Amino acid sequence: MTARERTYLGVPVSKPRAAFFEFTSCEGCQLQLLNNEATLLDFLSLLTIVNFREAMTEASDEYDIAFVEGSITRDDEAKQLKAIRGRAKTLVAVGSCACFGGVNQLKNRFNDLAWVKEQVYGSHAIDTREAVPLSAIVPVDLSIYGCPIKKEEVERVVTNLVLGKSIDYPRYPVCMECKANHNVCLFDLGEPCLGPVTRAGCDSWCPSNRFGCWGCRGPAEAANVRQLRQIMHEHGFSDEQLLDRLECFGGFADYVTELKRAAKE
Amino acid sequence: MKVSCNIKVNHLSRVEGHGNIRIRIKDGEVLEAGWDVVETPRFFEAMLVGKLWENAPWICGRICGICSIGHTLASIRAVENAFGITPDRQTERLRLLLKHMETLQSHILHLYFLAAPDFLQLGSVLPLIASHPEVVQRATRLKLLANDACDIIGGRRLHPTRTVVGGFTMLPEKSQLAQLKARLEAALPDLTKTAELFQTFTLPDFVREAEFVSLKGKNQYPFIGGELVSSDGVVRAEDDYLQMTNEYMVDHSTSKWSRLSRQSLATGALARLNNNFALLYPGAREIAAVFGLQPVNHNPFMNNIAQLVECVQVVMDSIAITSELLAGSWQKPRQPVVPKAGRGVGAVEVPRGILYHAYEFDQAGRITRADCIIPTSQNNANIHYDLIELARQSAARQKPDAEIQRLAEMLVRAYDPCISCSVH
Repeated sequence: MTARERTYLGVPVSKPRAAFFEFTSCEGCQLQLLNNEATLLDFLSLLTIVNFREAMTEASDEYDIAFVEGSITRDDEAKQLKAIRGRAKTLVAVGSCACFGGVNQLKNRFNDLAWVKEQVYGSHAIDTREAVPLSAIVPVDLSIYGCPIKKEEVERVVTNLVLGKSIDYPRYPVCMECKANHNVCLFDLGEPCLGPVTRAGCDSWCPSNRFGCWGCRGPAEAANVRQLRQIMHEHGFSDEQLLDRLECFGGFADYVTELKRAAKE
Repeated sequence: MKVSCNIKVNHLSRVEGHGNIRIRIKDGEVLEAGWDVVETPRFFEAMLVGKLWENAPWICGRICGICSIGHTLASIRAVENAFGITPDRQTERLRLLLKHMETLQSHILHLYFLAAPDFLQLGSVLPLIASHPEVVQRATRLKLLANDACDIIGGRRLHPTRTVVGGFTMLPEKSQLAQLKARLEAALPDLTKTAELFQTFTLPDFVREAEFVSLKGKNQYPFIGGELVSSDGVVRAEDDYLQMTNEYMVDHSTSKWSRLSRQSLATGALARLNNNFALLYPGAREIAAVFGLQPVNHNPFMNNIAQLVECVQVVMDSIAITSELLAGSWQKPRQPVVPKAGRGVGAVEVPRGILYHAYEFDQAGRITRADCIIPTSQNNANIHYDLIELARQSAARQKPDAEIQRLAEMLVRAYDPCISCSVH
């Protein structure tokens, strides 16, 4: 089907040139795109894919949308990201690593890169810097949250992008979705959960599998972490367990600093 | 005419992660050839230090976007071994079923989307959507089956949610398992068709003797835990994994390298099959026979065929597991966990080979030391020396530049490397 034939409510639909890139990451978010078997072909028909190294050899530097996975942990990555930013009209941060630093930023908490390197490589020289999200290097136009990203959300974001519609995210927490899914509360099952403070949109993916939320999508609007801390204490969970979850993906960085201060008091 | 060429492939496509190939030949003489891993390290072993035990499987699953289930299961096994927890049969069966479905998903992804385009002289699978829709539909059907199975057992196909130390947070519905069994049975003809497709491909004729390392099966083809074995006759206990890996650093790779009795070692589907051929289901052995694949096979391109044979193996075994689970009634999904000080090792066969996780804990169950040794990091040295040998043989046979590059790329892809995983 050519771009000319495609319309939505009578309005012609563009078929933007899209490129996929990955920096420091597990590349799982890109694979999530290939994991959409049922709708993969429809999804692919929305875009002209010109760069997707993990799946194709052909590559082009001319693209409208750049989907970028991973955090930045080396100078050459920062340089390449800037080049991508220069070429793309729209830059989309894909997944928790790109949005917040992801699990990669856990190494930052030691404030001692020399020790971190030594733990893994001994005396062998290795190049790394603090893991940062894309937005620490270049302006980011859109974020797709989650570790991993949820295919339904990617499809919605990309469809809206192609159609020129506005893109909005839930402001309420995962807890709302969990209730709507009629789940038994994880706290009642004896499990800690960040559902009350984490941005929704995953359809309470983990809690629906009886696994407490670890906050991979970052904070909901007006996240009340202080109140959550009290709930955690009431259910017999420690500050350490709360902190493990808050700091896991990097989205709650400001709250982590605050909690560390409060826990010392 | 004597071959002269200067091949540089930066960030090889259709593999996971970032690696470069270089081959320089002058007047038929190989001046240099090699495999450079330039992936950025993430330092998972450091990240874990000081964290409570429950963080380990959740964080370590994120080492890999393709084999996150394998990493999660290896991590869980290491924690359980440290705490003295033995999974009950139901948990053990469900974990193996989950493992099988990840193997199927990963092998199908590699065979159809990453490897097949080379044999068809294409840059990707995309042109096949128009030219051979039935082939792409078959690939997606098999992949979808495997991914759906991972969803119902592990909670999610990528970075699973139900897999925890002690068992599972919840179990699939019996009706879901029954449906899965029916789909597995329907998948066998699709795998026969896959074998027919691969029979139309010509595998490059290349041999370089290697030492193959894998788990050593006792009564069944091995995937989770047990003794370690090499095709050169080394046998070690799971806890002694360091004697099988012997990691060291080289300057042109951010991934560590491994060796055992020789310069380099190989792990993966071909290694498992070479070391455990007699334990395959007869139906899987039949597929191997069609391709003339017998132990010990030293053609690395045969890893593609070994993956195909394993697809048949894991589907057949998954039918047996679902039958067993459907015949019984569900037991409690999870046993309690009591942390204690000590060390635990988990060795698990993931799609690209044998994976080790090892942790040391203090009395509260906090991690004091972590070590993860990845299949592709064990393979990287073998890939490197294979490339040198391939360059030599290609120069001797006076192959054209483009053909040498194509063969070199295909060789690396045959290992199905997971490069970001190897650096982690």
